[in-house]
Amino acid sequence: MPEVKTAPPHPASLIEIKDVHFAYDERPILRGLSLSVRKGEVLAVMGGSGSGKTTLLGLIGGRILPNRGDILVDGQNVPKLDRSALYALRTRFGMLFQFGALFTDLSVYDNVAFPYREQTNLPESVIRDLVLLKLQAVGLRGAAGLMPSQLSGGMARRVALARAVALDPMLMLYDEPFTGLDPISTGIVARLIRRLNDAFGLTSLVVTHDLDASLKIADRVIVLAEGKVYRDLTPSDVRTTSDAFVRQFADGLPDGPVPFHYPAPPLLDQLLGKAGTASVEGGTP
Amino acid sequence: MSNVIEMIEGLGRTVLNGLARLGLAGRFFLAIMMVIGVPVRRFSLLVRELYFSGVRSLLIIVVSGMFVGMVLAIQGYEVLQRFGSSETLGVLVALSLVRELGPVVTALLFAGRAGSAVTAEIGLMQATDQIAAMDMMAVNPIARIISPRFLASVVSMPLLACLFSTAGVFGAYLVGVKLIGIDDGSFWSQMQAGVDFRLDIINGLIKSLVFGVAVGLIAVFEGYYAPPTAEGVSSATTRTVVTSSLAVLMLDFVLTVWMFRGLNG
Repeated sequence: MPEVKTAPPHPASLIEIKDVHFAYDERPILRGLSLSVRKGEVLAVMGGSGSGKTTLLGLIGGRILPNRGDILVDGQNVPKLDRSALYALRTRFGMLFQFGALFTDLSVYDNVAFPYREQTNLPESVIRDLVLLKLQAVGLRGAAGLMPSQLSGGMARRVALARAVALDPMLMLYDEPFTGLDPISTGIVARLIRRLNDAFGLTSLVVTHDLDASLKIADRVIVLAEGKVYRDLTPSDVRTTSDAFVRQFADGLPDGPVPFHYPAPPLLDQLLGKAGTASVEGGTP
Repeated sequence: MSNVIEMIEGLGRTVLNGLARLGLAGRFFLAIMMVIGVPVRRFSLLVRELYFSGVRSLLIIVVSGMFVGMVLAIQGYEVLQRFGSSETLGVLVALSLVRELGPVVTALLFAGRAGSAVTAEIGLMQATDQIAAMDMMAVNPIARIISPRFLASVVSMPLLACLFSTAGVFGAYLVGVKLIGIDDGSFWSQMQAGVDFRLDIINGLIKSLVFGVAVGLIAVFEGYYAPPTAEGVSSATTRTVVTSSLAVLMLDFVLTVWMFRGLNG
């Protein structure tokens, strides 16, 4: 699936993340993360499970607050915004959730119409045209009357995409957009992410661990590890790098810098009863 | 010794967790109150929830009310005739229903029928990121999802309690007058004379209004804070029914003491 890459992105950055620390309870997730996202680019954020990828989206969207650090989106410091300023900023975001997060009590049409009805005063006749255009862009105008339960995973993802771009956002956030999709649907969604980004002049942040799909569409790939940006690469770098961690990730090797085994006392000690057995007996390890 | 200390620690933890949850529920209640105008202004949001919580509970409420009324009539007649005052059956049944059974049984049934459904629905919306998605679309989920469901519970509860009592009185009429053969006129006139509008009917309505607030708040709170797993949603649903039922019975005692104090002394 050859994809047309955009010209080198404009150097101005839309998102500027500076020295962000974040911990769930006592468990540190981000430890001094700094990152900038340039206007117009598609940035893929990769990393193992628990590396803080999804947390990063929550922080940018202002759904969670960092322990310290600044998150500037279009010049506004997200953690410092009050509710109304945050909501005003969010109307310029589009977010695609892992499984689409369509409203199950609304039809496909009403799901896409939702942002217009909530955020604008447009008459229904105009909303109808806009909804049909957005659905046409994702190829699902014919599915307007269906309910989310009648859609396949890939279709649901595309409807959610149409809903996310409804208000012509400046920034698109994608949380694992390829999870659970077959190869064809993955290709369709990946191509849509790129096409929507270029057609509407968006900036896209794609959190994923689907390497193949993201290498096809991303301008830049960032690998998170230990709560920081571990590597900042172009897609072609990812294919050729000799970095052990990135290689393990790219080639899907079970053991390497990311160990196969969860930390545990030596097996022999545990079998002979010398080590604690709390983790075996279901206590918290 | 260490066992005793562990037990006390456990007790302390349970109490502190309970208090923290109560505080969270209080803040959640305030957050709902801040946006309670939304479902009033956008009436269609409220109508939908009134349909799902209120109208869909009609059948169980009316049928239960009728059976409770019929049983009250049989039991009441049995006792009253010993004192030769079986004509007062109407007033006995009406007072039992309007003061106590109407509001209380309606609230218990409502918690099981509508409260559990609301908890499960909101819990699943939370688990499937629908609430997060709405929040990211700059639409306040408390205003759009929570407050209409809460308000629907507050509005439907007194109405359902009235219907419960009405159905109960009708059931008692069928059994007492049509079946047992108590005098038609004395059944109704005793009821008319013995039931006070303010003391009995208004107090009954106040009770069910309070129950509506309690059950509605518990249902949306448990759903909103349900852990986003199958187990989390199912135990939240159970907690809604158990907590609502206990809350209703305890509130009923407090309200009864407060409303009918000084009547007998």
